[in-house]
Amino acid sequence: MSDIFPKWTNRLPALVLTGAALVGTAAVAGAWYYFTPKYSRVGYQPIQPVAFSHNIHVDQLGLDCRYCHNGVEKAWYSNVPSSTLCMNCHNQVLKEDARLALVRESAASGTPIPWVQVHKVPDFVYFNHSVHVNRGISCVHCHGQVNQMDEVRHAQPLSMSFCLECHRHPELKIRPVDKVYDLNWQAESETQQIAEGKRLMQEWNVQSLDNCSACHR
Amino acid sequence: MRYFLAGFALLVVLVVSVAGFRGGLSRKPPIEIFPDMDRQAKVRPQTADGFFANGLGSRLPVAGTVARGAPFADTPLNTGREPGTTNYVAAMPVAVSAEMLARGQERYTIHCSPCHGGQGDAKGITTKFGMAVIGNLHDARIVQLADGELFNTITNGKNLMQGYGPNIDIADRWAIIAYVRALQLSRLATLDEVPAELRASLTK
Repeated sequence: MSDIFPKWTNRLPALVLTGAALVGTAAVAGAWYYFTPKYSRVGYQPIQPVAFSHNIHVDQLGLDCRYCHNGVEKAWYSNVPSSTLCMNCHNQVLKEDARLALVRESAASGTPIPWVQVHKVPDFVYFNHSVHVNRGISCVHCHGQVNQMDEVRHAQPLSMSFCLECHRHPELKIRPVDKVYDLNWQAESETQQIAEGKRLMQEWNVQSLDNCSACHR
Repeated sequence: MRYFLAGFALLVVLVVSVAGFRGGLSRKPPIEIFPDMDRQAKVRPQTADGFFANGLGSRLPVAGTVARGAPFADTPLNTGREPGTTNYVAAMPVAVSAEMLARGQERYTIHCSPCHGGQGDAKGITTKFGMAVIGNLHDARIVQLADGELFNTITNGKNLMQGYGPNIDIADRWAIIAYVRALQLSRLATLDEVPAELRASLTK
């Protein structure tokens, strides 16, 4: 028999098992690491047609989010402002600046600026902005610190588990309504956040919705 | 086995170097493997749509039509003018309350204070960046304007100020006017007008 199978074949089962274990672990680890919005969405930072800086407008100038996104409290989506709104100031500030040429052109002609949408949930997810911002969920919870971004980038995964994390424990995020647009605000401590969050949940009758039709129609 | 391990390590390094790490910057849109459920054939707000000649998904109302619920009647509330005339109403057509003033303060801070300043004295942040002509809300000329004219200015703009009609609801515009009147009063009121029990706190 030893003429048919050389001696090293005795090690073959162990080698095959080790190899399979390595490949299997790598495949599972790779899928776990990469096949998730934490990888596929976070970090998306498209080049916009106009280099608008949220950092300058919000942190340096102190504009409120709602100066431009003025429909966010009333509508299910947060509107991108029309370019005529930019001209409220830029008809005088940086009046001739080349970087704003497209804005002036758009405001004059009525053709929208082709902004690239960064945050896009699937079409079967019905996220309502107004109901969240009017009940103490801040912009920062889903969009990250946009006030510090020169170019907007996708900061949170916006995956289903991301939504459910908060829907199951709203008290960890809910804040007073007048702090919703203050993206730097944080409760003094975690215990205070939870106590205040629980109080606000009771006051507003916030339910911890995790049934399908809360978000999917 | 040695070759297998070397190949395996090479593959891992290759995948990591091509795919990178979580949170890495990407200029390309996220990959969607089966987008037919994620991206449905429906028009979402403010998106392009090839169906119409000009490529806009949202349609503008046909000229002369009024959307349901949109204000259209020629009333002082909607126009700031006496019905059927071009005369501005002297006093606002809505009742003022503490909640309305608070709302007015909030809206004033959002929409007006960047130029007119938190106190209405035309010292907003934009003055540092070349905004030249900003009305000082404490000017006698502006203090004497009818409420209806302030409403018209907020709605349609004046001189270099553009109209805020599309951005601020009608009720909020009146709330802002009420708050502006309060701001003006804060500089014009005399000590005699302050309730007796509060006077001491102002003079100490």
